Amino acid sequence: MTRRALILGGNRTPFARSNKEYSHASERDLLTAALDGLAARYGLAGERIGEVAGGAVIKHPRDINLTREAVLGSAFAPTTPAYDVGMACATGLEAILGISNKIRLGQLESGIGGGADSTSDAPLVLGDNARTALLDAMRAKTAAQKLKAFARLRPADLAPQGPGAGEQRTGKSMGEHQAMTTLEWGISRQAQDELAALSHQRAGKAWDEGFFADLVTPFLGVSRDTNLRPDSTVEKLGKLSPVFGTKLDGEATMTAGNSTPLTDGASAVLLGSDEWAAEHGLTPLAQIVDAEAAAVDFVSGAEGLLMAPAYAVPRLLARNGLTFADFDVVEIHEAFAATVLCHLAAWESEEYCRERLGLDGPLGSIDRDRLNPLGSSLAAGHPFAATGGRIVAQVAKYLHATGKQRALISICAAGGEGLAAIVEAAK
Amino acid sequence: MSDTYLDLVNGPLRGIAKKLGLPAPVPLRRFSADDPQHGYLAEPVLVAGSTPGAEALAGLLVDAGFSVQRAADPGQRYSAIIAAYDGAQTPADLQDATLAVGTALRGLVTCGRVITLSDAPATADEAAVAPVDPALNAARGGVTGILRSAAHEMRSGSTANGILLDGVGPEAPSVAAALWFLLSAKSAYVSGQFLTVDSERGRRIGAADFAATGDSAAAPLAGRVAVVTGAARGIGAAIVEVLRRDGAQVYGVDVPAAGQALADTMNRVRGTAIQADITAPDAADTIAAAVGRPIDILIHNAGITRDKMLANMDAGRWSSVLGVNVLSQLRMDDRLDELGAWGDAPHVVSLASTSGIAGNRGQTNYAASKAGVIGMAAAAADSFARRSGSINAVAPGFIETEMTKKMPVLTRQVARRLSSLAQGGLPRDVAEAIAFLASDAAAGINGRTLRVCGQNMVGA
Repeated sequence: MTRRALILGGNRTPFARSNKEYSHASERDLLTAALDGLAARYGLAGERIGEVAGGAVIKHPRDINLTREAVLGSAFAPTTPAYDVGMACATGLEAILGISNKIRLGQLESGIGGGADSTSDAPLVLGDNARTALLDAMRAKTAAQKLKAFARLRPADLAPQGPGAGEQRTGKSMGEHQAMTTLEWGISRQAQDELAALSHQRAGKAWDEGFFADLVTPFLGVSRDTNLRPDSTVEKLGKLSPVFGTKLDGEATMTAGNSTPLTDGASAVLLGSDEWAAEHGLTPLAQIVDAEAAAVDFVSGAEGLLMAPAYAVPRLLARNGLTFADFDVVEIHEAFAATVLCHLAAWESEEYCRERLGLDGPLGSIDRDRLNPLGSSLAAGHPFAATGGRIVAQVAKYLHATGKQRALISICAAGGEGLAAIVEAAK
Repeated sequence: MSDTYLDLVNGPLRGIAKKLGLPAPVPLRRFSADDPQHGYLAEPVLVAGSTPGAEALAGLLVDAGFSVQRAADPGQRYSAIIAAYDGAQTPADLQDATLAVGTALRGLVTCGRVITLSDAPATADEAAVAPVDPALNAARGGVTGILRSAAHEMRSGSTANGILLDGVGPEAPSVAAALWFLLSAKSAYVSGQFLTVDSERGRRIGAADFAATGDSAAAPLAGRVAVVTGAARGIGAAIVEVLRRDGAQVYGVDVPAAGQALADTMNRVRGTAIQADITAPDAADTIAAAVGRPIDILIHNAGITRDKMLANMDAGRWSSVLGVNVLSQLRMDDRLDELGAWGDAPHVVSLASTSGIAGNRGQTNYAASKAGVIGMAAAAADSFARRSGSINAVAPGFIETEMTKKMPVLTRQVARRLSSLAQGGLPRDVAEAIAFLASDAAAGINGRTLRVCGQNMVGA
């Protein structure tokens, strides 16, 4: 029998809107805080963990070894190895999956997967003009060559460039890409605002009930996700002006309220084998069963940028002989409310499922009561690489606490990528 | 927390302070795991008196390797002077041992110890149930006066405390434990107090094992599972560190908002952080589930103040203070009982306060909760005794914490000098007393309140 990769717990910082409370915290600080909270929650200070995998999407050039540096600054033993992972917004989930696969193979007894992102403490870089001119000047052998290189510099070149959420191959922002898909699927403003309001309300209720007390450790005076608006309603959200798709040929429906804001935060998930969990007196919450990645051709316009999970999920279900009815919980990362709604519509569409997904008929509908029962990124916020850890830890606790059996996780990512995973109760 | 006055009178202003007769606090001798003397001092111990108690204590000390003298020598330096009064029948019996202490007192070293051993006097209620000879009870009561006055006369960081035998002989295991505690640097800020031993229960422990630390199997709390509420900062964090030092595996509880500090504190001791509000109805369930194994030690440390003069007191301030400081403890102890979450011999120690003994302006709510804790410990003692455990309270006086740091400068200076040791205590001083009472060795001490106040003049 193959070994199980158990989810033993998780910890994250509260997520804070960009350029606010965490403005002066680096991604290393954030990830270290997430690791420290995890060590404290499970009494693991000084413990050597098999491996820690993590990453950040908006990453400083100096942070080539971000995760290892965070481990060195944390309460875990300095003999704990670590490596960085990168898959845009799926970074955290991919890190967790990599660790879980190593546990299942017997390469690891314990591991931690997670990630951190800060769009506040962001790297600023010189534009390509300035950068190549300065590099050429550095390589120049003679004074004349140096002068020639410097002469290429224009004052405007010296303005630093911040990180962009733009796609390199299309130049369009993620929101603009989603706006095209939203229009294509005819997703209404009302439907998006309803999903956003529900996300806030559900997350707010879970916070009030203390559900996050053993999932989140406060950081820099922040104890709750600062983006959370538990009193959010469709009426309030309806007053916001559209920010994406305003130049498209159709109604612009995506607002700041039904899109995730830029957020800072970090998360970490503790994984281990049955033996390791027993040795450390830890109660398994759930296990990672399987996962599937997909990617789409958004460059040519053949598919929407964020629609890759639409492909990953049916392949994952088919391999495991499951349908949506077999899942008690479905966690679809809310990059935008419309992303979730486009996926639901796509899986209900016979035409799409036949022509794009190669299925015999529609994949099916998802019971809305089972969808994101604790709210998702629209409420919590979305520090890119930290989202996977947030979802995995909370869904594992949710399965354990409610006695439910199986959960599906789906996360879309830049570059037209997507990642889906199945999590089951540990029993 | 710095005490500038203490630094000055032990430095540049030593001469002036002495001439002016100003308070002369000295830095107290405190326990350190690295101390080659294990928290004891090298000079001989004088054991005055020729009672069975004197024989028993002298025997314990000799066995532990102390140099013991049985007659006062005026030229000798003593690390401790023990006066045994057990068996005294009349106040006339108190004279010899007391004068022997007086003869030796000038030889007491800095941070030395005076310890009395005597029989516990009967209260009026006890005497009504079991009549006691008035002369005998006058002798027993007299020791209280001797000890408390001697404590006021102590200089240079020395303390005076007593051990009371309440229906037990001097061989009771907890008498030895009390002796080690009072002799040790662990009791640095305890003075003018009595430890009452009223049962033969308790693990017999030697002086060296009392000072054992870390992962040593001999350490006083080795292998014990301890839960500390309000563990993130201040006295709570000190309790966590001292319990761990004494061998316990520690689980710290604090409100979710204090989570970052709690994680740091617990990671320092390789302990476990539990983010929970102790006033929540299911707090005990949450804690028991997070610990996941029998709880041997529970320290009710979490507490709040919401000061207001009685004329301005409101329901919010009243109920929140009572809710956190005492009602949560009553509920948690009961619920842990129902859950069967206690270990075989559970020890509970609750934080009281000298305000709960003497009262304090603006603190009717706080004093009610802290006096309540003292009453709770007394009443719950029987039920804990039945399961071989104990429940006690510790009442700190002026302790240097973030809270007292916020006092006005002059008020703080006066508050510090208002004790026989003329200085504030440290959080670890409170923690040492708690760790002692939470040990199996001290199980014969039950239902009591131990003050850690440097013999504060308030509420004496």
